[in-house]
Amino acid sequence: MKDTMNQDTPVIEARGLNLTFDTADGAVHALKDVNLTIGKGEFVSFIGPSGCGKTTFLRCIAALETPTSGTLTVNGMTPDQARMARAYGYVFQAAGLYPWRTIAGNIRLPLEIMGFDRAEQAARVERVLDLVDLNGFGGKFPWQLSGGMQQRASIARALAFDADILLMDEPFGALDEIVRDRLNEELLKLWARTGKTIGFVTHSIPEAVYLSTKIVVMSPRPGRITDVIESPLPKERPLDIRDSREFIEIAHRVREGLRAGHGDEV
Amino acid sequence: MRSVLPVLTVLLAILVIWYAAAVRLNSAWTYDQAARAEAEVTFGEVVKDAMVQERPVLPAPHQVAAGLWDGFAGQAITSKKSLVYHGWVTLSATMVGFLIGTLGGILLAVGIVHNKAMDLSVMPWAIASQTIPILAIAPMVIVVLASVGVTGLLPKAVISAYLSFFPVVVGMVKGLRSPDQMMLDQLRTYSASKGQTFWKLRLPASVPYLFTSLKVSVAASLVGAIVGELPAGASAGLGARLLSGSYYGQTIQIWSALFAAALLAAGLVMIVGMIERRTLVRMGMRT
Repeated sequence: MKDTMNQDTPVIEARGLNLTFDTADGAVHALKDVNLTIGKGEFVSFIGPSGCGKTTFLRCIAALETPTSGTLTVNGMTPDQARMARAYGYVFQAAGLYPWRTIAGNIRLPLEIMGFDRAEQAARVERVLDLVDLNGFGGKFPWQLSGGMQQRASIARALAFDADILLMDEPFGALDEIVRDRLNEELLKLWARTGKTIGFVTHSIPEAVYLSTKIVVMSPRPGRITDVIESPLPKERPLDIRDSREFIEIAHRVREGLRAGHGDEV
Repeated sequence: MRSVLPVLTVLLAILVIWYAAAVRLNSAWTYDQAARAEAEVTFGEVVKDAMVQERPVLPAPHQVAAGLWDGFAGQAITSKKSLVYHGWVTLSATMVGFLIGTLGGILLAVGIVHNKAMDLSVMPWAIASQTIPILAIAPMVIVVLASVGVTGLLPKAVISAYLSFFPVVVGMVKGLRSPDQMMLDQLRTYSASKGQTFWKLRLPASVPYLFTSLKVSVAASLVGAIVGELPAGASAGLGARLLSGSYYGQTIQIWSALFAAALLAAGLVMIVGMIERRTLVRMGMRT
């Protein structure tokens, strides 16, 4: 299926997507008329203040939420079918490693559930540990690792079953800035090496601009897309690209987009 | 080592209070005897007598210690006077009851967590069951089971299980529900089945909760087994020993049996604690 897919076929496509939650305080319009196309191999960041629906949209792609109306396809399938086809790995804000499993055991978890045989499990664990630069830590328990290493292990877990899409919900939100910088750099390298399509939720402007080929700016009440920015930055991005003029211009446009979204509200 | 001194101080204080109470409570009998003999007794004689009475109101600590020593080491362990013999009878009923209670409690908790109807219907009954005095229900259990031909160890084990299942249910329900929404969502992205969610996430996550409950329930099991021995007029077991002691005013026997039960309970809780530590270390958790 991977081979037959045309380069131009969108990996993720949302058309007129709406999602309303019924809460005690009345209906909340979490997503309003969202249209978005994500192509293969893109690195797409979703940025906006809390309540703008960026996480909700990611959860819709992962079939953790069901849209009220509109269409959403993942690899040409419904989100549910895509999940069954193991189309994506999902990285949550907290590493969520099982304390009673070693790092290798944690990475093995989805492989066990999906029914890979033992030899295959071991080979894949080794490979993804290498990919996130955690060789030799497979036998450690989560509490023996730093927060940054735990999050790397959780990324390895999401990569273990070879999904083409990686969905990341503020994966580095709980980490300090120095660790975050390093992990961002590593994530870019990982992306370049694996060619995955990445959906990345963040509320940090520099993080979004540094990582993305496409930045989706969103605003709250109702949650909607206010701007989609195609980044002109090159694929190769050293950390000091953040001091370049282009970088600052994109960051400025993102900030403007966020401010415009807020302006509507008043 | 620094904790030795405070612990000894507390122990010493208990002994002092105990001895003082023994003198105070046992003196009445001495004064009574003296009055009947129209003799005068000094306080020194009262104290001396309070330590050695055969049926004191409150036996002095050394009398209980001697009773315990005699019960454990002074008799053949098959003797009806041996606390080892009676302890074993009670312990076997306790263990069977503990096993039934634990398994039943775990199964109930699994049902409660997975089934909405059970969640709403079972928990109130479980709570109600614990508000009924065990002493009231124990004779009925024994009579009902005896009428269908079940006697001996099993009725006691049933009463024991009745007391011990509840902490397990409460702890396991909490433990099985302890994984947060994020962890459940994560398994959903792997398309994990309900069974896989249970075996790989809920059950391992509940283990620390289970052990906390087991420490409570093993002690409750022992209480249940002893209570189960009281109404049956049983001839063996720590409960029977307590009962016969109270029939014949053998207070030293009562206190010895009480302390034997306390030691047994402490031992059982310690064993559960040891298994807990080993298990949690093997599961990679810091303890």
